[in-house]
Amino acid sequence: MDLKNTPLSNIHKELGAKMAPFGGFLMPIQYQGIIAEHDWTRNSSSLFDICHMGEFIIQGDYLRSGFDRIVTINLKGMPIQSCRYGFMLNPNGGVIDDLIVYRVEQEEWMVVVNAATVDKDEENIKKHLDWDSHFKNISSNIAKLDLQGPLSLDVLKSIIGETITKLCYYTFDDFMIEGEEYLISRTGYTGELGYEIYAAASHAQSLWNMFLKDKRVKPAGLGSRDILRLEMGYPLYGHELNEEITPLEANLMRFVEMDKDFIGRDALLKQKKRGASKVLVALAANSRRSPREGFKIFSGDKEIGYISSGSFSPSLGSGIALGYINPEYNKIGSEVLINSENIQIEAKIVKRPIYTQGTYNKEVAHGFS
Amino acid sequence: MDLVEGLLYTKEHEWAKIEGNKAKIGITDYAQETLGDITFIELPKVGGKIEQFKPFSSVESVKAASDIYGPLSGDIVEVNESLNSQPELLNSSPYTDGWVVIIDIKDEGEKDNLMDIESYKNYLKEIAH
Repeated sequence: MDLKNTPLSNIHKELGAKMAPFGGFLMPIQYQGIIAEHDWTRNSSSLFDICHMGEFIIQGDYLRSGFDRIVTINLKGMPIQSCRYGFMLNPNGGVIDDLIVYRVEQEEWMVVVNAATVDKDEENIKKHLDWDSHFKNISSNIAKLDLQGPLSLDVLKSIIGETITKLCYYTFDDFMIEGEEYLISRTGYTGELGYEIYAAASHAQSLWNMFLKDKRVKPAGLGSRDILRLEMGYPLYGHELNEEITPLEANLMRFVEMDKDFIGRDALLKQKKRGASKVLVALAANSRRSPREGFKIFSGDKEIGYISSGSFSPSLGSGIALGYINPEYNKIGSEVLINSENIQIEAKIVKRPIYTQGTYNKEVAHGFS
Repeated sequence: MDLVEGLLYTKEHEWAKIEGNKAKIGITDYAQETLGDITFIELPKVGGKIEQFKPFSSVESVKAASDIYGPLSGDIVEVNESLNSQPELLNSSPYTDGWVVIIDIKDEGEKDNLMDIESYKNYLKEIAH
């Protein structure tokens, strides 16, 4: 399959980025180095090209359109200009995709989905939407830039002004930058105070270059983004989530509104009653060794699960991982062994987030900095 | 890409610096650049043996794990223990502070299987295409 480019591909090459395929796109993995970019995001502000992700617009009443049955989110309770994380499930409760829904108007929704799943997501939504609604896939016209890190607010303030401070965690609005209007939400995938900026694809380059003029901002690639999200214990579709895994198993039921009707609900109820056969846990290694996807997890001699994502954590100075284990062994502080052929890593089950100093939900008082 | 005059190189991107009957061994600038940020190295022990073109150590970067191969056979007489706590030395100074082991060379003849700086330069050009 041919790889797609984002509107910023040429800029990445000029910046000397290492590129690799991700979700059908050729994406920047790193610029000056994954650890340096990780550290910069935790301490200053990093700019990520996230144009590969998909965006849909749905118009219609939340209930009559059929949209409410498609996602696990409590759409009814969402204020306009708020966004929510949740799932689209198959009838077995398996995750078709994890996504964020933006309530743009009373009867207009923007849905942000993973790049690799755009086609099947579109198919699933269209299949279940009623006649009384409109669906549009705007992915190829929309650029998405993520500005993430504790100084991101100050950076945006110097461009947009004090008005940006009104955005609380998981809210959004339109803002003017150099005469153009952009949708900006206070959301992100790094665990730091940050923003996601949606722009017409044709404006992506000028927006990118404008941000990089600020010395507090440096470009960061998907390599550091993966470590940042792993330190927060955030799932990545295709690793922690897929169509065979339910939100109950992924320990993400707080993003599922059980008091409404949605596809997969019956299966989740059944699984809840019977008990899940595996559950997602976070692990911290006792050494600098990185657990990797597919490594097996043992308690003593007994195999109890597998690693779904793993890496070195620059924040902790040790290996960290997410993995699925038999729920009987799910106890914070329990010691496990992570094994692969000739590698053996001692680790402990730890609370999520693994990294606890993140500024993502920091309160930002209007008028103060 | 940094290369150092006087060293001998392998196709797996290790270097050996010959000093009398001893050889200091490490990975090349190309190797560290390709691996990216190195976060862990599994070091062998003093007294152990390494064999030419056989793995004797492994390194992990944030992206992947990779073996280090012996440029020459011999007995390990010294190990760079500072890499345990500072594996990033392999990135920042692969030819100096980031050396891995020193060995007593077992067979001088094995040097003929290694590349000098010119051959290694050409080899890098070849694999770049």
